[in-house]
Amino acid sequence: MEIPILKLKNILLTSIQSDMTDDDALKYQSDVVSTLEKSGSKGLIIDITAMDIVDSFMARVINETARMARLMGTRVVLCGMQPMVALTLVEMGRELIGVDTALNLDKGFDKLLEMIEEGVE
Amino acid sequence: MSSIAEKSIDLKIEDDILIARQIARKEMAEIGFGSADQTRMATAISELTRNVIKYAGQGVCHIITEVSSAEIKVKVEIEDYGPGIADLNKAMEDGYTTGGGLGAGLPGAKRLVNDFSIESRPGLTKINLEMCRPNV
Repeated sequence: MEIPILKLKNILLTSIQSDMTDDDALKYQSDVVSTLEKSGSKGLIIDITAMDIVDSFMARVINETARMARLMGTRVVLCGMQPMVALTLVEMGRELIGVDTALNLDKGFDKLLEMIEEGVE
Repeated sequence: MSSIAEKSIDLKIEDDILIARQIARKEMAEIGFGSADQTRMATAISELTRNVIKYAGQGVCHIITEVSSAEIKVKVEIEDYGPGIADLNKAMEDGYTTGGGLGAGLPGAKRLVNDFSIESRPGLTKINLEMCRPNV
């Protein structure tokens, strides 16, 4: 399954779908970083609204993707985490998502623009 | 008086992880488990069936649902015929991993369900998960 990576002005917008295999997730990760390099985007939005399961593997892939993008000088916002997903991640007892987050795509977009403008490190 | 239903999913390829957790969610929804419990169990299944594919190559996942007038119950048995887990106590510790993961799989899954048991020896690893709620 190919995850579309959309370019909107200087931002890359990706929306991860719920039922990805591990291979899909790793392909998504490498697609994102190579598209970042080619497009020179200043921001990356990882939208997970459609995900109803985030296990430790998927959380690691999301986390690592965000860190890779940060290393390349891109601001990152993760948005759209479903309440049940947040609940499950916390109950599993691990700090799995180490990235700036927003409630939904709308708020995530605003937050990312702010971060880019302010040059927040 | 109670009714019991069982589904079995062969675990051979990565896609079977998705199939197992989707079926669990659907079966649980049907007998009245809420979405938090469905998500907990589906996530636990995702963690454990991945271990089967990754470390043992293949196995099987049984999902048994049980409804009585007093309660609803889901039992999940995941077994594989791989090399087994050498040090179970260590495998249940947070952060311990032999596979380059986060080491959150087994202890994480245990925290998500009401009842968790595991036995492992070379050739057979068996994990039992259970969740039970009043039938309202």
